[in-house]
Amino acid sequence: MFEIFGIPSQALFGQLLLGLINGSFYALLSLGLAVIFGMLNIINFAHGAQYMLGAFMAFFLLQYLGWNYWVALLVVPILVGIVGIVTERLFLQWLYKLDHLYGLLLTFGLALVIEGVFRNYFGSSGLPYRVPDQLAGGRNLGFMYLPNYRGWVIAFSLVVCLATWFLIERTRLGAYLRAATENPTLVRAFGINVPRMITLTYGFGVGLAGLAGVMAAPIYNVSPQMGSNLIIIVFAVVVIGGMGSIMGAIVTGFALGLIEGLTKVFFPEASNTAIFVIMAIVLIIRPAGLFGRTA
Amino acid sequence: MAPIAEHAVSTAQPKALSSEAIAFLLMLAFIVLAPAVIYPVSLMKVLCFALFACAFNLLIGYVGLLSFGHALFFGWAAYATAHLAKVGAISVPYWASGWHWFVIPIPPLPPELAILGGTLTGALLGVIAGAIAIRRQGIYFAMITLALAQMMFFFAVQAPFTHGEDGIQAVPRGWLFGVFNLSNQTTMYVTVAIVFLLGFGLIYRIINSPFGEVLKAIRENEPRAISLGYKTERYKLMAFVLSAALAGTAGATKAIVFQLASLTDVDWPMSGEVVLMTLVGGLGTIFGPVVGSFIVVTMQDNLAQYGQWVLVIQGVIFVLCVLLFRRGVVGEIANYFKLKL
Amino acid sequence: MKRIIGLAALALALACGTAQAQYSDGVIKIGVMNDMSGLYADLSGPGGVEAAKMAVEDFGAEKKGMKVEIISGDHQNKPDVGSNLARSWIDTQHVDVIVDVPTSSVALAVSQVVREKNKVLLASGPATSDLTGPQCSPNTIHWTYDTWALANGTGKAIVKTGGDTWFFLTADYAFGHALERDTAAVVEKNGGKVVGKVRTPFPGTDFSSFLLQAQSSKAKIIGLANAGGDTINSIKQAAEFGIVKGGQNLAGLLVFITDVHSLGLQTAQGLIFTSAFYWDRDEASRAFAKRFAPRYKGNMPTMVQAGIYSSVLHYLKAVEALKSDGNGDGKVVVAKMKELPTDDPLFGKGTVRADGRKLHDMYLLEVKKPEESKGPWDYLKVRATIPAAEAFRPLNEGKCPLVGG
Repeated sequence: MFEIFGIPSQALFGQLLLGLINGSFYALLSLGLAVIFGMLNIINFAHGAQYMLGAFMAFFLLQYLGWNYWVALLVVPILVGIVGIVTERLFLQWLYKLDHLYGLLLTFGLALVIEGVFRNYFGSSGLPYRVPDQLAGGRNLGFMYLPNYRGWVIAFSLVVCLATWFLIERTRLGAYLRAATENPTLVRAFGINVPRMITLTYGFGVGLAGLAGVMAAPIYNVSPQMGSNLIIIVFAVVVIGGMGSIMGAIVTGFALGLIEGLTKVFFPEASNTAIFVIMAIVLIIRPAGLFGRTA
Repeated sequence: MAPIAEHAVSTAQPKALSSEAIAFLLMLAFIVLAPAVIYPVSLMKVLCFALFACAFNLLIGYVGLLSFGHALFFGWAAYATAHLAKVGAISVPYWASGWHWFVIPIPPLPPELAILGGTLTGALLGVIAGAIAIRRQGIYFAMITLALAQMMFFFAVQAPFTHGEDGIQAVPRGWLFGVFNLSNQTTMYVTVAIVFLLGFGLIYRIINSPFGEVLKAIRENEPRAISLGYKTERYKLMAFVLSAALAGTAGATKAIVFQLASLTDVDWPMSGEVVLMTLVGGLGTIFGPVVGSFIVVTMQDNLAQYGQWVLVIQGVIFVLCVLLFRRGVVGEIANYFKLKL
Repeated sequence: MKRIIGLAALALALACGTAQAQYSDGVIKIGVMNDMSGLYADLSGPGGVEAAKMAVEDFGAEKKGMKVEIISGDHQNKPDVGSNLARSWIDTQHVDVIVDVPTSSVALAVSQVVREKNKVLLASGPATSDLTGPQCSPNTIHWTYDTWALANGTGKAIVKTGGDTWFFLTADYAFGHALERDTAAVVEKNGGKVVGKVRTPFPGTDFSSFLLQAQSSKAKIIGLANAGGDTINSIKQAAEFGIVKGGQNLAGLLVFITDVHSLGLQTAQGLIFTSAFYWDRDEASRAFAKRFAPRYKGNMPTMVQAGIYSSVLHYLKAVEALKSDGNGDGKVVVAKMKELPTDDPLFGKGTVRADGRKLHDMYLLEVKKPEESKGPWDYLKVRATIPAAEAFRPLNEGKCPLVGG
C-alpha cells in the first residue's frame, strides 16, 4: 500500500468515489438548471425548492399511498414537472423579454414561498425515508465499503445525464429546441408551437430536479431546507461549466464532486468554499465558463 | 446589462430639480419627526440599510452592474469597526521559522475613527474585488462577486478575532469626538442620521457630476463610451470602490448601533436582501433604495411576531414586485407623475 | 406611497397600543423568543410558546389576580436579529422576561441586552455553558441543559462502559468546538483517548467522507459534536455505511427526541445521548405530554419545551412571593428565583445556583429497537439517572465573575 501526501491510497480512492457520488447530484441538478437557462434564459433559483419537493413527494407516496421507491422514481418527476409547467404558465412566461435579474428574483421568491409552506406544515427537522430493500446493504470493494444504493445513484444519474445530453444535442426535437432559442420567430414560421415547447422544457428541467430529490431521499435528511443548502453550490457548478452548456454542467458536476471529495480529506473546513475559489479562478481565466460560448 | 435600468426615468426633465428637492425635504422631515412615532432603534437600522442600498444602487442603477457579493463590504466593515472599537490591537501572523503574531498595539478607538476604519476596509476590499470582477459583465459579474464574498465568508468563519457565529459582541458605543455620549439613544440617532445624510449627499453628487454622466453612458452603451475615448474600466472600478466604501460605512455604523458584528452581515442572504430593498424601492432612482429599505426592514421587524410565515410573506412580495411593480415603489410613482426621483 | 403611509400608521398604532403596559401595573409580559421557522423550530418554536401558555394556566395566574401576557417572536438564529428584537420588546412592549432563546450565539447577545436593561432571561434552548461561565449575568438563568452537562453525561457513561477511544465529527463553528472541547476533556479525565477529529463545514449535507475518515481511525466511538440537520444526516449516513455494524458506536452529543422522530427507529436504534427530560419517564411527565400533544401538532414535548414550562412556572412563583413584583427590576426577581427552591411536575425538586445554573437530574437515554417500541413517540429508554449534584459543572470551575473566589 503506497501513500499520497501521507494518506493511504486506498482511503483516497474511497474518498474520490464518494466525491463522484456527490458529484452525480451536482450533475443532475445543474443539468436541469442548464437546460432551463439554455432554453428559457431563466436563472431558476427555485431549483432547490423543486428538488426538495421531489424528496417530499416520494415520502408522501410511500406514507399515504404505499407506493415504493421505484414507483416514486417514475411518478415524482412527472408530478414535479407538472408543478413546474403550472409555474411557468402562471409566472415565468411574462419575463422572457426582461433581464435575467427578474427571473432570478421571481424564482427566488417562489423558493421562499415553497420552503416556508413546507416548514409550517412538516417542521424543519425532517422526515425518514428508507433505502429500498433491493438496494439495502453494500459490498466491500477492497478499498472501501460501498453501500449498494450509492452505486445505484452514480450509475443511474450518469444514464440520465447522458440521455438528456443526447436528447438535446443529437435528436431532431433537441434541434428544434435549440433553434427556438436562437430565433423563435423563424421556428414559429415553420409551424412549431414555440411557447408550448418552452413550457414543456421548463417542466422537463424541473422534473430533473424532482428526480434528484427522489434519489436523495434515502441518503440525505428529507427536510424543507435541503434544497436551499445546495442551490448556491449548484449555481456555481453551472457557471463554471458555462451557463446553458449541457455537457459543461454534467462534466463540471462530476469533476467538482471529485475536487470537493479531495478537500474533505486535506482541508475539510474549506470543502464548502473550494467551489467558490474554483469559480473565481475559472471566471478570471475563461469568462464564459469552461464549456460556454463567449457572448 | 443595460436592460436592467431600462425603467430608470430618463434624465433632463424640466420639473426635475423641484421634484427631487421636494422629495428630499419630505425625507428630511421624516428623519426628524419619525422618532416620535417609530422605535428609534428600528429607524437607525432602516438608515443603515438605506445607506447600504443606496451604495448598492450606485452600481446597479447607474453603471448597470449587479453585484451579488455586497455583503462582503458591509459585513467586513462591521467586523473591522467592531474590532477597532472593542479591542483595537491588530495581530498579523508572519513567518520567521515558525508562525508568530506581530501585534500592532492600538488602543480601542473612538467611534468616529472606528467607523472610518470600517469605511477604509470596505474601500480596500472594493479595490481588490473590483479589480478582479470589473472585467466581467452581467451574470458573470454577479457570480464572481458572489464567489469572492463567499471566500471571505469562509475567512470570517475561521478567523479567531470574529468569534465564529457568536460574532463580536458587546461593542462599546463610546464617545463621539470624545464629547457626545452615544449610549444616549437620541445622540446615537442624530449621529446615524448625519452619517446617512452625508452618504446620501455624496451619492447624489456623484450621480449628477460629469463622472456620473460617464457612468450612465457606460450603462447605456459601453462600446460607444469606449469609442468616445473613455477608459471605461477605470470609471467602473472607481464606481465599484465608491460603492464598496459607502457600503462599508453603512456596515460600520450598524456595528456601532447594534454593538455587534456577526456572520449574518457577511453571508450571501445579506447580499440578496440588499437587492430586494433596491428592487422594491426602485432600481436606478435616487430615493428608491431608501424607501425600499424602509419597507423591507419595517416588514421584517413587524412580521417577527408572525414567526413561521415570514418567509412565505417575503417570497410573495418578491413575486408581486417582479410581476406587478417592476419599477419599484418610487419608480412607479416617478413614472406615473413623470417626475425625476 | 400609500403603502408607506399604511406602514407608518401601523407602526404608530403598535407604538401607542402598547404604551401603557408596565410590570408595576400588575401586568407581567413574557416574551418567548426562539426559532419559529428554521432548524430548531421543531424542538422549541411554536411548541415552546404553547408550553409557556400552559405554565401560565397551570399557575392559575388569573385566579391569583395577576395579569400575564405572552408574546412570541422569531430570532431566525441570528444574533443581530435576536438582540434587536429583545431591545425593542423591552423598550416598546415593556416585556419583563424573555424565555427560551435557543442557539448559543443569539442567547449570548440577548443576555447582554437583558442585563443592560435589567430584565430577566430564562434560557431553556441554548447549549453554551458560557452563559453560566465567563459570560454569566445576574439577570440570566440557564435552565435546561448545557454543553458541559451533555458532554459529562454522555462522555463519562460511554467511557465507563468501555468506549475509551474517540473520534470527533465536529461542526465547524463555535458551538461545535465547545461541545468537542468539553467532551474531549471528560473522555480524557475518565481515562479515555481522543484519536482524531474532523471539522465539518456547517451546515453540511454529505458526511460520508468524514464518516469514512472516522472509520479508518479505528476509534470505538464516533462523537457527533453537531446539532439538528447535521446530526440527523451523519446518523443516517453512518447507518448506510454500516459503521455501527462494523463495531463502532455513535455518540450523539446534542440529540432531541424530534431528531429521533425524523430519523426513525430503524436508523437511530442504539444511539445513546443525554437529556434533561423524557416525556415517558414517569406519571407526571406523561400527564404533561398528554395535555401538550393535542395543542401542538400531536408532538411530544422536547426537553427545551419542558424547560420553558418549568422556568416560567418558577418565575411566576418568584413574582408571587415578592408581591411587589420588583417594579420591573429584573435582578430582584432573579435573586428571588435563586432563593426559592424549584419544584414542578417535570423536573422535580431542584435549585438555581448563584451563577444562574438551574440544577436538576439529567438522564442518559438510549433509542429503542423498532420491536421494543409500542407506538409513535415511544422511542427511548432511560439507561441511567445522573443526579443533579454530578450533572452540572462545579460552581468553582465556571470562571463566572458573579461567584466570589
